[in-house]
Amino acid sequence: MPTAASSPTRPSAPAIDIRGLRKAYGPKQAVDGLDLRVERGEIFAVLGPNGAGKTTTTEILSGFRVADSGEVSVLGADPSHAGRAWRSRIGVVLQSTDDLAELTVAELVRQFARYYPHSRDPDEVIDLVGLRDKAGVRTRGLSGGQRRRLDVVLGIVGRPELLFLDEPTTGFDPQARRSFWSLVRDLRVAGTTIWLTTHYLDEAEQLADRVAVVRDGKVVALDTPEGLSRLTAGRTQVRWDDGGTVREEVTERPTALVRDLMRDHPGEVPGLEIRRPSLEDVYLELVGAPGQDSEEDR
Amino acid sequence: MIQRRLTQETARAEASLPGALRLGLARTSLELRQFVRERDAMIFIFAYPLIMMAIFATVFDGQVVGSDVPGADGGIPYAQYFLPGIVATGIMLTSFQSLATSIAVERDDGTLKRLRATPLPATSYFLGKVGQVLMVSIVQTALLLALARLAFDVPMPDDAAAWGTFAWVFVLGTAAGAVLGVAFSSVPRSGRSAGAVVTPVVLVLQFVSGVFFPFFSLPGWMQSVASVFPLRWMAQGMRSALLPPEAAALEVAGTWQHALTAGVLLAWLVLGLIVGVRTFRWRRRDDG
Repeated sequence: MPTAASSPTRPSAPAIDIRGLRKAYGPKQAVDGLDLRVERGEIFAVLGPNGAGKTTTTEILSGFRVADSGEVSVLGADPSHAGRAWRSRIGVVLQSTDDLAELTVAELVRQFARYYPHSRDPDEVIDLVGLRDKAGVRTRGLSGGQRRRLDVVLGIVGRPELLFLDEPTTGFDPQARRSFWSLVRDLRVAGTTIWLTTHYLDEAEQLADRVAVVRDGKVVALDTPEGLSRLTAGRTQVRWDDGGTVREEVTERPTALVRDLMRDHPGEVPGLEIRRPSLEDVYLELVGAPGQDSEEDR
Repeated sequence: MIQRRLTQETARAEASLPGALRLGLARTSLELRQFVRERDAMIFIFAYPLIMMAIFATVFDGQVVGSDVPGADGGIPYAQYFLPGIVATGIMLTSFQSLATSIAVERDDGTLKRLRATPLPATSYFLGKVGQVLMVSIVQTALLLALARLAFDVPMPDDAAAWGTFAWVFVLGTAAGAVLGVAFSSVPRSGRSAGAVVTPVVLVLQFVSGVFFPFFSLPGWMQSVASVFPLRWMAQGMRSALLPPEAAALEVAGTWQHALTAGVLLAWLVLGLIVGVRTFRWRRRDDG
């Protein structure tokens, strides 16, 4: 085991260190031996389908739940025993709720700003997420996307060092997602470490420095978005019309195959199609078929 | 092995955290704003006792209670006799019903969970609730007394001792109601059912505790049942403060029973505290 974790005040200490984390609900093993390390200042995406254990893990890391076993350190402390000072250093954006309906955006942001020792200027953060026009509106009058942006404002107004975003853009239209992504990037530039769970592949690809793909409470792949897309290499799909029937081959050497096909067909190769699996194909393969033995032991 | 320890950053944050009392005041102001904007709360908790007072005083105009009581000068007008019970009901609504409902809703809709993720101390959250309950109770009680005095000519006591009694019954009743409200907030299974679960409890207690009928006219078993609960004692305590001393003859015991009143209210206060502290949850039951 690396010993860097033994001096948590050093800048190299990870923001989050998870070892052998397990949590079950009755017979269902929601988190099944998770090992992850999130460095300070990175955007770390946890990507997986519903039920993969993303929310459970996030709730353990943010101190809402206690793990069955394993060790968790968040900003150098055990979240299940951490106090006010620790909570003042994190920001949590949980999945959507419809609470606090009778208060206005500005009232809520100002109120939450008071809870923290070094909060951001309420009006500035309201501007930042584009809610200035809605500052005086009671939250029951907000659209789903505006409501979600309010959740984010309340999560960042305390100037957190570490921000948990649990499926932040569910229900956003494409434009709202883009502006949300740029907000997250700005936060990272300002030095915030971001833990982002999502079931959108493109969100992880766009935002994350590293992506952990999880399935059934285990990590099945962990890499940079570029690294993940390299998993597609060497598996090109070649398809053509072989006298009325469609033939398909997956090959590491597509050029050689096409050269052979050209020899067999003096003119055009009928119905020729050459396709690289997309990152999405790789992802679906990782999280889809059960019983696949991937890199879960890394 | 990762040890539990606070980093230097946490220690720095610790030193500059805002104080719990200051945050309690901030919470009070937010809670009050929420309360007055919530139409249900304003009608069924704030306005209801005032409306009941107006209805009772109007319907029973000219009638008296206890005309055979010696020294009561031909009996006590209905409006005067019922005012203390309505004041007690108001306190129960603004403390017990208000908190039992609002905390159940806040637990269900995620408000509590959201607050739990912030450095807001639990103390400040409860201080905010207490502040809200106190403010609403004081304003409501003052309006009730003013309504009774100005619209229905109910005489107010003019000696300090009576107001002293009024004050301790008010404080003890509000405190017991508030902690019992916190404890009871765990009973409704969801925020939507909170009103339906809490309201009948309050209504039944009003009927058996002598709020709408003179307590002495209720059947004995009903009096015994009511005597277990705080509202009967709050109403009796308020009568002891707001009615002339001769009216004590109208009580079941023939006296005001101040020691017993204080004892029952204190017992409920302690019980509410113990149960409330043990059962309070930041999350819904179905949320792990």
